[in-house]
Amino acid sequence: MQIKLSCKSIILILRSKFGRDLYGVGIIVGKTIAEIILSAKSGNVAHASDIVVAQIDLAFVQDTTGPLTVRQFRAGRFKKIASSLKAAVFLDHVAPSQSREMSNDHILLRDFARQTGALITEVGDGVCHQLVAESLAKPGDLIVGTDSHTVTAGGLGAFACGMGSSDVAIALGLGKTWFRVPETFLVELKGKFSEGVYAKDLILYIIGKIGAGGATYKALEFGGDGVSEMNMSQRLTVSNMVVEAGAKVGLFPSDEATRRFLTEQGRTDHYKPIVADSDAIYQKIIEINMGDLEPMVAKPHTVDNVVSVKEIAGTKVQQVSIGTCTNGRLEDIELVARILKGKQRYPDTRLIIAPASRDILVAATKAGYIGTLLEAGAAILPPGCGSCLGLHQGVLGDGESCFSTANRNFKGRMGSAEAFVYLGSPATAAATAIRGEITDPREFL
Amino acid sequence: MLTGKAFKFGNDISTDHIIPGKYAYLRSNLPELAKHVMEDADPTFASRVKQGDFIVGGNNFGLGSSREHAPLVIKMAGVKAILAKSVARIFFRNAINLGLPVLVCDTDNIRDGDELEIDLQSGVISNKSNGKRLTFGKIPIVMLNILDEGGILPYIEKHGDFKL
Ligand code: SF4
Repeated sequence: MQIKLSCKSIILILRSKFGRDLYGVGIIVGKTIAEIILSAKSGNVAHASDIVVAQIDLAFVQDTTGPLTVRQFRAGRFKKIASSLKAAVFLDHVAPSQSREMSNDHILLRDFARQTGALITEVGDGVCHQLVAESLAKPGDLIVGTDSHTVTAGGLGAFACGMGSSDVAIALGLGKTWFRVPETFLVELKGKFSEGVYAKDLILYIIGKIGAGGATYKALEFGGDGVSEMNMSQRLTVSNMVVEAGAKVGLFPSDEATRRFLTEQGRTDHYKPIVADSDAIYQKIIEINMGDLEPMVAKPHTVDNVVSVKEIAGTKVQQVSIGTCTNGRLEDIELVARILKGKQRYPDTRLIIAPASRDILVAATKAGYIGTLLEAGAAILPPGCGSCLGLHQGVLGDGESCFSTANRNFKGRMGSAEAFVYLGSPATAAATAIRGEITDPREFL
Repeated sequence: MLTGKAFKFGNDISTDHIIPGKYAYLRSNLPELAKHVMEDADPTFASRVKQGDFIVGGNNFGLGSSREHAPLVIKMAGVKAILAKSVARIFFRNAINLGLPVLVCDTDNIRDGDELEIDLQSGVISNKSNGKRLTFGKIPIVMLNILDEGGILPYIEKHGDFKL
């Protein structure tokens, strides 16, 4: 990986010194994808470091941050949701509910949706970010959600970012909010993945290199020939995790792969191409040869604590969790089923699989993957967040270790603060489930 | 002028340290939720913190989830400001929206238990325990205005819209 200061970043430095004057003296500069979308949505020429007020296309909440959003919406004395945007409520994090308190929060959210006309999903429909990608997000959209992984929809070329409950309550009421236009780091991808290496390994590698705060407040934009090699499932995995490097958004261009995905979802009419201007200004350019990458793992307790699988192979785990908004898609489940076919999980290692959406579970069932996984000793959870947030469906005990395909391994994340969470690709997770210790997936491919 | 004691934490204090996801079912019961503030970083914090104290972190404070409950339970604990070398984006915005100041400064000069005096107007932090003076980074004007009104709800109630 190479990091270099783009020669155009000189203009950016000049601009931060002289502000808009630079445009005043006639230097015209192109736009990044983030700038293109925020310009369109604010009705202004928006460049990095500007503050704009922009119209929102979609605002959504999930069941652990939604109740506070509803309370703030009411405290703000909003009567109805702004008609200019789409609003959605997802029951996914603790669904089915594990307690009376949570059930009451679900009741509150269902009532809110009924009163306001917001779209609402039910228990077993799936994780918000997957459902947003499948049926709501469009290229060029401006999306806010009360969940940090709202960035996932960047895979479709939507400027999507996580915000808190108050921000989203205001966005629901006003139909708009303020944004600081982020500077952009371009991640230029070259070549293609070698066997056994996946989008998860790529994003873990990037986070390991730049650090958990390496892109704080920035947009990460993915470009280069390697991007056209990546399908939507891979793009969503990468965009999903940009927040683990602190990024505000993770944007892919909207291209042929985007059109193909939207067509598969029966919404070809939502496709529109979006690419950055050729003279866009990037604060930094990060070049990566995809062919050089290896299977990677993030060790406890930070996501940037990244090593290659080789360096950590042999570490025992008591649980393997596969799924989440990062890696619970059909391609992931297909891969895991392929590796586990005709094999058994290690006797002392439990294997928990949660597909990211109902459509994925239906397709995986029809294709026979779910049968294969059950025969291999897996427990299948309803589509949703599953064990990811440490509240139900696979909470870790003291001293236990888990290999997970999720996006976070913070201390206490999956239950006990005395537990250890390792993150990696679905293929590595499947290989690890067979051996009961962290294993290079290439041994099974 | 704010005065109080510093509770010092390290780098990368995540929203799971501040209020773990496993307590998500308590989020509509804020007094109960607040009892677990900072639990996975320092289980004794909730019982020791006093009205007016400060949380002092290192790099990337508040990384992780978008849960506004994180700054909310900190505010409920009586903490009057958070000081850190750098702060995660969503957490920063959430804290300001609740009227809780977040000050970016070189926290290496603050130790656990130091007595601090903070002048938000002039941007100066005086460390009474070692006599050092620190300045903190500028807060964007739109956030300052929100902070001035005591948070985003009173701000929008007063202005009806965002004034840039
Ligand atoms: S799957 Fe995990 S990371 Fe994704 S939205 Fe659910 S809790 Fe958050």
